[in-house]
This record gives sequence, C-alpha cells and structure tokens, in this order.
Amino acid sequence: MAIAFPAPRADVLAKRDRVVAALRAIAPGEGVITEEKERRAFETDALTSYRKLPMVVVLPETTEQVAAIMAFCHAEGVPVVARGAGTSLCGGSIPQEDAVVLGVAKMNRVLDVNFADRTMRVEAGITNLAISGEVAHAGFFYAPDPSSQLACTIAGNVAMNSGGAHCLKYGVTANNILGLKLVTVEGEIVEIGGGALDSPGYDLIGLLVGSEGQLGVVTEVTVRILKQAEGARPVLFGFREIAQAGQTVSDIIGAGIIPVAIEYMDREAIHICEAFAKAGYPLDVEAMLIIEVEGSEAEMEAMLARIVDIARRHDVATVKESKSAMETAAIWKGRKSAFGATGRVADYICMDGTIPTGRLPDVLEGIDRIVKGYGLRVANVFHAGDGNLHPLVMFNVNDPAEQVKAEHAGEDILRLCVQLGGCLTGEHGVGIEKRDLMREQFTEVDLLQQTRIKTALDPKWILNPAKVFPLDAPRDEAPREAA
Amino acid sequence: MTLHTPSSPADLAAVVAEARRAGTPLAVAGGGTRSGLGRPVQAAATVSTAKLSGITLYEPAELVIAAKAGTPLREVTEALAARGQRLPFEPMDHRALYGTTGEPTVGGVAAANVSGPARINLGAARDSMIGLKFVNGLAEDVKSGGRVMKNVTGLDLVKALAGSFGTLAVFHEVCFKVLPVAEGERTLVVAGLSIPRAVEALSAALGSPFEPTGAAHLPATAGEAARTLIRIEGFAASLTYRTEALSRLLAPFGTVETMAAGVSAAVWAEIRDAALFAATDEAVWRLSVPPSAAPALAERLAPLSPRLVFDWGGGLIWAGVPAAGDAGAKAVHAATKAAGGHATLVRAPDAVRGAVDVFSPPAGPLMAIQRKLKASFDPAGVLNPGRMYPGV
Repeated sequence: MAIAFPAPRADVLAKRDRVVAALRAIAPGEGVITEEKERRAFETDALTSYRKLPMVVVLPETTEQVAAIMAFCHAEGVPVVARGAGTSLCGGSIPQEDAVVLGVAKMNRVLDVNFADRTMRVEAGITNLAISGEVAHAGFFYAPDPSSQLACTIAGNVAMNSGGAHCLKYGVTANNILGLKLVTVEGEIVEIGGGALDSPGYDLIGLLVGSEGQLGVVTEVTVRILKQAEGARPVLFGFREIAQAGQTVSDIIGAGIIPVAIEYMDREAIHICEAFAKAGYPLDVEAMLIIEVEGSEAEMEAMLARIVDIARRHDVATVKESKSAMETAAIWKGRKSAFGATGRVADYICMDGTIPTGRLPDVLEGIDRIVKGYGLRVANVFHAGDGNLHPLVMFNVNDPAEQVKAEHAGEDILRLCVQLGGCLTGEHGVGIEKRDLMREQFTEVDLLQQTRIKTALDPKWILNPAKVFPLDAPRDEAPREAA
Repeated sequence: MTLHTPSSPADLAAVVAEARRAGTPLAVAGGGTRSGLGRPVQAAATVSTAKLSGITLYEPAELVIAAKAGTPLREVTEALAARGQRLPFEPMDHRALYGTTGEPTVGGVAAANVSGPARINLGAARDSMIGLKFVNGLAEDVKSGGRVMKNVTGLDLVKALAGSFGTLAVFHEVCFKVLPVAEGERTLVVAGLSIPRAVEALSAALGSPFEPTGAAHLPATAGEAARTLIRIEGFAASLTYRTEALSRLLAPFGTVETMAAGVSAAVWAEIRDAALFAATDEAVWRLSVPPSAAPALAERLAPLSPRLVFDWGGGLIWAGVPAAGDAGAKAVHAATKAAGGHATLVRAPDAVRGAVDVFSPPAGPLMAIQRKLKASFDPAGVLNPGRMYPGV
C-alpha cells in the first residue's frame, strides 16, 4: 500500500463502548451500526484498493442529531468522517479504525421547491439525480452532472465541488449553490446564505464547497435550478491526428462558440467503448470528439453547421451528426460507459488532472511516454473544453507490483499536469489519493494558509482526518486569535 | 498619511511585514474609485497596488486572462474586446455613483466581488475568478487556484477572498475565466407594470429556456412609466427566434416592445452602475434578496420614500433614501432580513458609515466563523481593519 494511514489512537479505541452508547442515545433504533459485517459496507468508497473498517457508523435523521453527534465527538476528540453515498474516486470518504462514520444518507428529503426564484432546498443526503427528478415535471433541472449522479449525494457534491460533462456551460457545484446549513465541529448549527444570489460577509459557501469534509458537516443545501433547454444534440468527429482534434477545440472556442459539452476520447478509449456500447464509433481514427449544443431546432442546426465547418478545416475524417433521439443516446452511451467498459477490460485507476487546453497534444504525448515507461496501457477520456483529463491507467489488480506501477504512473501524469500549468484534480478532489502530491502544486506557505483555516474551524483536526493535506503539512499549533 | 507603492510581490510582503512589526494598520487601495464602499478604515498608512500592473497571461482559445492586481480594468477589457471576449460578470463601475476619478483595477473588482446585471445568468466575479496570488496579514506570499477553469485542489481560498475587501490579504495577481462577446443583444420592454407584476414577468422570463442575461425593472417616476427589461444575447437567428418566443411568453403582462438597437447597451450600463443615483445626495442601499420577496420588501420600505431600481429579476434592489440620520439603516436592515436577504449601505457620508452597519451583520455563530477566518489570514488585524465589521 503506497498511501499511509496514521495509526489508530489507542485512547479513542479504548472508549468505543462509551462512544457507541452516546451515539445510540442521540440516534436511536437502527441509526447506529456496530456489527462488523455491517460496518464493512462503509470501509471504502470508489477508491476500492484502500479499506479501513470504521469504529462505528451513525446515520442521523436530523440536523439536531448531527449537531449532538459533533458536540460529543468534539468534546471527546473522536475523529468523524462524514459520508454521502461513498462514490468518491479519490478516497475522500474512506474511514479509519478510530473514526465515527457520520452518514447523511437518511437525510434525503426535499424541503422546498421555489420555481419563482428558481431555487430548491434539500437535505444533504438526497442524490444528485433525485434533485433534478423532483423538478423535471416542470422542465427544470439541477445543472452539475457528475457521472455518478444516480448514486452520489449533494452532500458529496458540495464536499468535492463536483463537475460533470456539462459544466463548460453551466459551471460546477460552487457556481450552483446559494445556501448551506452547516454543523460546526463544535456542534453549532449555522445557516449560510439562502434564496439570494449572495450573502453578507466572507464567501463561506465558496470556502466550504470543495473543502472535502474538513471544515464542518453540511446537512441542508439550497441549489439553483434552471429551465431545461428546448433541445440538445451532439455531433461526433473522428480525427486521424490528435493535433487536429485539439486545434478544432481551440478554434471552436476561439470563434466564440461555447457548446454545453466537448468530450475527447483517444483510440484506446474509442475501441473499448465501442466494443461495449456498440455506439457506432469510428475505429480507424486516433481521436474522437463529442460536441453537444443546446437550443431550438434552428439554433442547434445553425451552431452545428459552424462547428462542422471548423472541424472540416482540420481534415476531420468522420462526421456523425445526430438526427434522432436514438442516435443521440447511442453517441452518449459509449462515452458515459467509458469507466464501466474499461473495467471489463482491466482494472484501472482514474486520474483527474487539468491542463491548459492548448497543451492537449503535449499532455497526450507525455501520458503515452509515462505509461509505456511502466509497461502499462492507458485509455484517455477528457472534458476537452475545460482541460479536465481522465486518463484510465490499466493494470491487473492481482499483480501487486503492477498496481504499484499504475499508481506511480498516475502520480507522474499528475506531476506532468502541474508542470504544464494545470492542477492535480479538476473535479474528483484530493482525498487520500492525491494528498501526498500537494507539494507538487503548493509551496509550504500556500499549504500553511490552508491548514490555518482548517485549524481555525477544526482545532483538534478530527474532521475527515489524514485527507487533503500531507500528513506532515505545516500547521500552527493552535488557532490564531484576532488582535 | 504614508503611501506605499510596492512594485513586486516581495516589496509588498516587506510593506506588510513592517506594518505588522510596527503594529500600524494598513489601508489597502487599488484605483481608489470605490473607496467609499465599506466602513471607513482608520489607518496611518496606505498600501497601493498601483505599481503592480500589467496583463501577465492571455490565452483567448483557453478563455483565460491573468493580470497583476493594480492593472486598470480598462486594459483587461480592451485586450479582451480586441479578441471578441469579455469578463462574464459585467462589473459595475462605481465612479459615477461616488463621483470618483481614476481607474478601477483588477484587484479592486476581485476584492469587492463587483458584478453587474449579467450575474443572474453568467455568475458573479467570484464565479469567474480561478486563481489568486496575495500577501496575507502575516506577510506571506501565497497562491490559490491557478489558470485552469476546473480545479478542486485544496481549499478554495480564491472564493474565500473574493469580496473580502482587503481585510484578509492584499492581492497582487488575479486570474479570470472569460467568455466570448455575444454576436448581438436585444432588450425586450414591457411598460407600465406594478412592482409585483414586474417581478412575476421577470421570473417568467428567467424560468424560460431563453437564458436572459439581464432582468431589471425601473419603477414609474413622475415623468415616465415603469419599464420592465429583459436582455437576451446570441447570434442573429437565435435573437430573432428568442425575441418572438419571449414576446409570446410575456404577452399576458402587456405589450412587448423591442428596444432600438444601440439603446440597449446604454440602458444596461445605467442599471449596472446605479446611474439613477449618480447626481444626487441620497444615501444608496444595495439589497440582495430572493426575487419573490422583492415586492413585499419594497412595500415595507415605502415609509422611507425610496427611489428603487430592481435588477437580477428582483433579487437585487438599489434604494436611494434621504441621507439624514442613520440613512434608514435600522429600518432597511430589519426589512431586508425579514425578506430573507441582506443589505449594504453603498453610499453615505463617512460619519454615517462609521456609525451604522454598512453590511448586514451575520448572525452569532456565523460572525464567529468570520472572525476565525480573519484571524487565520491576518491575526494582528493589519489589513483594512474594520472595513467590513468592527474588528474585521
């Protein structure tokens, strides 16, 4: 195992019975899970190569229960790992042996739908797709659409500032949240923002979104909802050269056109997805783009005509414009099944770096070199419009040496992303997976400013421990006091 | 009054270090065009970003621009315009309102999270800010974010600092994501609506698939009927189609007219800059509320005889009231809070702004978090002390 976990604290383990009793008093009935085989369900997330059995799991049903749990755990110095659906790809919700897992899955009600103000207030355990489902009858939706949206919760989306294929136009979670109900580490309940487009004081919503459970526990969320476009239609392009695809993306954006999605797949990904989804992808090309536009029939036709014209200037080899809902579904089916289809071929780790989009050919060449250097294979799927890369580095999980190689290849790829002007993670988060790479992107003072905020809001560092920050990250001993 | 004009991040850090050592607070200044925004700051010295100037990165095909904090905003907008691009958030120009001269800066826009009518659709300044370099109150040169638009690496200090009014750090470089300028814009007008009907009409437009980038209401005055305005943007065929579709949608509210070409941009600039109040001596409030709460709030403010302008579909209300006494502070804060929002006293004499809550104070535990955040960036209270709240 390459990623280190701190040794469980004996003083915490020693008071397990008292912790269980206290949690039972707060969340009665089936709200507290102590049996080992039931706790196993919470020992990992979507980073399944790492597992730690939690000390106890509690599933509160109200914000007040969450507050009581936090007040108790803070007073006792017991670590707390907040959890939504456990779909984190970076190990953001993997527990540890001396931690209470605080799952918000039972808190999944819709509290208010306000079509006049285009907002919706929900409990944090509701799934991403259920939010849109609640307002679909009126033609509205919640915009950020991570691939795991059927399962993942808004709690997890807020924690990780999740994106999705359509954030080129609609933004990420941070751009679509107006209010949060936060339980502080001390167990205080705080309302931040609400139905207005901004809130007084510092932008705490902006700070909390993407803070990976380090600063508090969110129990309610006010989201913006939007009216669905009249229609959406993708076009599929195949290119014989990678650079042609990159240049097409640059020129589309340079021409003032912002599609809702620009997805890139390389040869390996095309072949894997086509074998699985039978989407009709071209197999004789090096690179493929799926570009989607929205609007009325006439608007979509006009935009697609311009986009196709730009692609033709770069010698596009294949052009497939969707002519029906069935064709649209087929084009997207392949892309959306990329992770699952790759999983049929091999085990893989999914990376999530971002690069300046102009460096696409450089990063592809670099990834190819890195992965070949370790004797492995890679399939590349990207959100090309915003430079967010998902290289899937393939390996055999039954070969421990190969797994280590794959992890090293992944780390080298992320280092390359930072060197090219990008970052370690575009939408999955740091979690445990990229924790030890933070110094690639940040200096000691950069990290110190972040850990000072952590210390200010969680002085005992009990929230989601051993994540985000390197274990030896610089930090002040105690919160700094204002003069 | 000492004026420091550091010309490098290292010089800036040295100025802050010296202020911290001497225990003398610093006022933080960009172009000075919005210095009336916030509570008056008591400081013997000012640190200005004037000599930290220049665009450091512009990649049109990547929709990204970065500039040093003291760069005049005009330089950035002109560079963008030359390549058919713009800052999406349509930042307000405060000069007319305050009667100030000089040049608004990139750092000032970021520090005050200055946005405009397009915020309703394209986000605020904080939504476009993707990278920030700054010196905190401990004189450390820190960065957060970067130059790519999707980045969730570590805590998002960029957003925590957007709108922090120089109380947490002095910015020295800001990176924005940008958007293409739309090929055309068109503004639809419905005349004569009451405030409740106007907010309903705006809500209908904003709840349509036609993506308005402006939704404002100018109530009736002695000389002119009320006007409800909806702006759409796009290419020619799209504008024609959406104009027709929105006209049908809004038909129940009255006759829908299209504003003459050329007039539209000027009208939205006036709304953006709260120009109605430019040449007056009224106190000016900015109220941010859920749009559907706006009509009742307007009703409740009636005893102050305010002049009102509604933007963001009713969610942003500009209110001009007599500057006498507390400039209506007690009544305005109470009414806005009851409406589920918050209020900012944008323009009033220093004495008034020193005596009342310029920004609605966050409730108890929320204020405690604000103070913890302040302490984690600037524990000695060196930077712009009291600009937002007493001690913050």
